[in-house]
Amino acid sequence: MEWTSLDTWIVVAGALSAAACALLGNFLIMRRLSMMGDAISHAVLPGLAVGFLLTGSRGGPTLFLGAAIVGVLTALFTEWVLHFGQVEQSASMGVVFTTLFAIGLILIVRAADKVDLDPGCVLYGAIELVPLDTMDIRGWAVPRAVLTLGSVFLLDLAFVLLFYKELRISAFDPELATALGFNAHLLHYLLMTFVAITTVASFESVGSILVIAMLIVPGATASLLTERLHTLLLASVAIAVLSAVAGHAAAITVPGWWGYSDTTTAGGMAVVAGLLFTLAFFFAPRHGIASKFLHRARLSIHITRQDILGLLFRLEEMPSLETRTMSPALLRKVLGAGAMLRWLSLRGLLRAGLVRLDGGGYRLTSTGREEARSLIRSHRLWESYLYQHLHLPADHLHGSAERLEHVTDPVLQRRLSERVERPEIDPHGKRIPS
Amino acid sequence: MRVSLTILTAWFSLESALAAPTRSITDSSIEWPSGDQLTRVITLRDYNTRVVVLGTLLLGLATGIIGTFMLLRRRALMGDVVSHATLPGIGLAFIVMTRGGGDGKFLPGLLLGGLLSGLLGMGLVLLIRHSTRLKEDAALGIVLSVFFGFGVALLGVIQKMNLGHAAGLESFIYGKTASMLASDAQRIAVVAAAVALACVFLFKEFEVLCFDPSFAASLGWPVVLLDAAMMGLVVAVTVIGLQAVGLILIIALLIIPPAAARFWTHHLSRMVIISAAIGAASGLVGAGLSALVPRLPAGAIIVVVASSLFFLSMLFGPARGVLVRLLAHYRLENKVGRQHLLRSLYETLEEAGQSPEAVAAPESRGVEISFPLLLAERSWSPRRLRKLLASAQRDGLVERTPDGACRMTGRGREEARRVVRNHRLWEMYLITHADIAPSHVDRDADLVEHVLGPEMTRKLEALVAARYPELRVPPSPHALQHMTGRAGLTSQDRMAVEGRRLKAEG
Repeated sequence: MEWTSLDTWIVVAGALSAAACALLGNFLIMRRLSMMGDAISHAVLPGLAVGFLLTGSRGGPTLFLGAAIVGVLTALFTEWVLHFGQVEQSASMGVVFTTLFAIGLILIVRAADKVDLDPGCVLYGAIELVPLDTMDIRGWAVPRAVLTLGSVFLLDLAFVLLFYKELRISAFDPELATALGFNAHLLHYLLMTFVAITTVASFESVGSILVIAMLIVPGATASLLTERLHTLLLASVAIAVLSAVAGHAAAITVPGWWGYSDTTTAGGMAVVAGLLFTLAFFFAPRHGIASKFLHRARLSIHITRQDILGLLFRLEEMPSLETRTMSPALLRKVLGAGAMLRWLSLRGLLRAGLVRLDGGGYRLTSTGREEARSLIRSHRLWESYLYQHLHLPADHLHGSAERLEHVTDPVLQRRLSERVERPEIDPHGKRIPS
Repeated sequence: MRVSLTILTAWFSLESALAAPTRSITDSSIEWPSGDQLTRVITLRDYNTRVVVLGTLLLGLATGIIGTFMLLRRRALMGDVVSHATLPGIGLAFIVMTRGGGDGKFLPGLLLGGLLSGLLGMGLVLLIRHSTRLKEDAALGIVLSVFFGFGVALLGVIQKMNLGHAAGLESFIYGKTASMLASDAQRIAVVAAAVALACVFLFKEFEVLCFDPSFAASLGWPVVLLDAAMMGLVVAVTVIGLQAVGLILIIALLIIPPAAARFWTHHLSRMVIISAAIGAASGLVGAGLSALVPRLPAGAIIVVVASSLFFLSMLFGPARGVLVRLLAHYRLENKVGRQHLLRSLYETLEEAGQSPEAVAAPESRGVEISFPLLLAERSWSPRRLRKLLASAQRDGLVERTPDGACRMTGRGREEARRVVRNHRLWEMYLITHADIAPSHVDRDADLVEHVLGPEMTRKLEALVAARYPELRVPPSPHALQHMTGRAGLTSQDRMAVEGRRLKAEG
């Protein structure tokens, strides 16, 4: 499908709304109020209904005001049910927002004839229609929704910048915030007001699905990628914008792959945001599942390699044995590692030239022997240290030393050797290689 | 066709608004039902009303039962996620069945799709929570919005498949509850029965799972399997209920009745029954009202009825209701105030130089104490003190003279002796056993003395009997004002001396 200026405006509107939501959503996530976005976006319905009844139009400041008031009321009622009724947070949220939604529904049904509201617009959003409703600004036909969303985004940005310090402290520690002399409660309700305003502004153009998704998903994705608050905010906004752009592109192209027509942009944007989250879930540098797995696997291979070197060195030490090679079958028996791990470690050792194959068995090369000697030295120094200074019984030394040898660098090894006064043999009577 | 459309569009109950029958613009009044209509609905004479009322009643019953366990498992909003997460499953099932050349609206197929994707969503929430640093709420939000977004995208595809049903969308949305078919009600009945049976048979297991999952694991129970069974029941109820009351409203039925039942009892079994009753009552009354009054969407009315019951329970519930707790608080406040008053009266007499025996002797005439003197004894307001005195007078503990002074009656002195004794016993306990500085014991003793039971008092008395065999009321470890003056010591000094002595003895 072809990309036109219409698509550009759609993407701009989507990106502005997504960015505004993502910016505020970070603070919801940190306060563990993620579902508050969901609750508010459903609960503003009676506010919208009353706004409709009073003004008879779908836009305008009355509607914003009504929705903002109901948004704050949602937070307030939740707080009351939580406090007076001692119902847990999520349940009180559930009670309040479903009740408000039902009341809004009844209001709208009772007033249905007076309200000129396009079906589906509120929940699906009518983002595809955004470019059609334009305003003239210095000769440019700019969609009205882009102007609204742009100002809401700037408003949110100003709010976050102005109250950055306060938001940060109250996000992590509301009690500290109160102790420092500003009202964390007030800030909480201020945040809820902005969430409500953003929700309503986005409703009109992009629909509530996108609001709920963009409040939470970009912030959650960013929190898997970074630790610092300001990078978190920037990253979440960037992810939101990326989701908007890619989401629209996906919505108009992907269904075509199976021979279908295009689909709703709002849905597409939510799905792309979900895919980005999935990517971060697996591949985030520190918190991703795959990254954690890879890190652990690398560590396991490193340790297994050193264990193999140690085994081969000990084999060479045994005077009774003629052979200095170890057969794969024997290695499998003495090395307590899985086949995959053993194979990976051996391949690494062979490639690095630390071990070579000799007549069907493995054998240390001279560089391999050097490394193994250092390893065994660490092992036996640790045994001496544990015996002399920590007074561990002799039959408990090996296990601990086996773990410590893998994390001993040359400096530590030297210090250790000084501390145990450079012995020749370890507590078990074995020679400590120099 | 009709059924599938209803499912696909039941999400947007909002839009139902727009499908309301056209009427005069100025007319928004409620048409009150005639007596005849009322009897028809109440006696369930109409077949249609009978089906709808029965269906919603059973649905409320089922959600009430399973919702209780969800609430106690702290997963109240899981229903929210599940109901949103069923959408892509239903959409995919529709597409797959249509592509396979079959009937896209085949209901069991659609329900199966919804069930599977609901379960998948629930599993993903648990996965995200366990394997990332994100908290439960974020996990819920992510799954909810992404699944729902995917579902909407699929619906967008379906709408443009030129099957010619996009035009009919709006008219089926909110009419569902009111136009429930007998087969829908039967389906709800089957699920409700399954939920009730499962909860009866697995009651003990679910109970332990809710309150202490790690204990369940240590008993060797298959915790994951049990959890999956519980979640499976939730998904089943949700998928069935979606048709009946719509997306948001099924969430309400899963959360509100159990939350309301919590105010009535501390017992799980009773809570399940009460919650089921509240759910069923909401369904019954809501559906009835909607049948009586035109232009009231049944789903929304059911929720409003349920939340009215919730707020009534929150106020009047005998176990944790607001009023009950306020009353208990008020009673305690009064009891504490009364005891403070008596102790102040007693100590004023002590300070005036009366020996403890003389103060406490029931036969001696009491001494008058002026109001200002008493007011200076504690940090209470004149108003509060007057109130306390009046209430004590009503109970015959204190007599008041016309000029505002008061004196304890014989019964008052007896009671005061008991109160002061409790206070000082407790102070002594704190000094000797809890190692609290004498300058701090008064406050702590104040907090605890009022709840000192007879058993505890006996134990402390045994402790005291050994130390002060001749006394009925032990002396205060603090310097009372006149003593300080006489001994020429500051009160701090006296406290320290007394504390050391008590410790040396103890």
